[in-house]
Amino acid sequence: MEQFPVLAVGDFMMISLREDMSDTQVMNLQDELSKQVTLIRPKGVLIDISSLEIVDNFLGRMLSDIAKIVRILGAEVVIVGMQPTVAMTTVELGKTLGSVLTALNVNSGMGMLRMKTMSSTSLAAASGRS
Amino acid sequence: MNTIRDEIMTLQSESDLITVRQAVRTWMVPEGFNILEQTKMVTAVSELARNAIVYGGGGEARLLLLADAARRGIRVTIIDHGVGIEDITKAMVDGYSTGSGLGLGLGGSKRLVDEFNIWSEPGQGTRIEITRWKQ
Repeated sequence: MEQFPVLAVGDFMMISLREDMSDTQVMNLQDELSKQVTLIRPKGVLIDISSLEIVDNFLGRMLSDIAKIVRILGAEVVIVGMQPTVAMTTVELGKTLGSVLTALNVNSGMGMLRMKTMSSTSLAAASGRS
Repeated sequence: MNTIRDEIMTLQSESDLITVRQAVRTWMVPEGFNILEQTKMVTAVSELARNAIVYGGGGEARLLLLADAARRGIRVTIIDHGVGIEDITKAMVDGYSTGSGLGLGLGGSKRLVDEFNIWSEPGQGTRIEITRWKQ
């Protein structure tokens, strides 16, 4: 089984994808990340894809699936760092990441996660469930 | 039209897919293709090569570096000996799927390159030739 370095930052988890992963490695990543999220229970997950040189149909679908799974498991997700040329190509190919939150870089992604998780915490507090 | 370089690569496994993607990029860099042009071509090759491996039972990729008086280009031909495509017109439409839920990405791949040619015979296989020119 492939190991993926997972970085814990406070209540958040960050994972960086490597360039040129095989399809099987991407599927393993989905599996491994789901396990890690269940285990660590982060409030948010940051997926850094800045090293990806292409996002084709398969990878695009896997990324949006991974984001959906993590959300179902109770954490917010932001995908960060897509290269501009990759973004242009992916859109032309007809693939978008759908409703997945994206940010330019790790910093703005972290900010987005903080805002997202803060509002859900205060909502829970307001309804007396903290 | 002159052929400057010609190479045939196997498409059987996932690692072949990675090798072909890397080769296309490596060929394009010294020809002066910019990052966007490289990314578009490599993405199209990735789509078509994956189809050949997953649906076509494997095949091969032929890389050609071409030149005429005015321009140079890279042409990649993906060949498989799988079930072929019954209705090419339908298969070129975005979102067309063989049932796995994942589109073939033919229409999208066509948009990423300058030339796109496809031949397919049910039961015989599929051959797709894509070209990107550097003016």
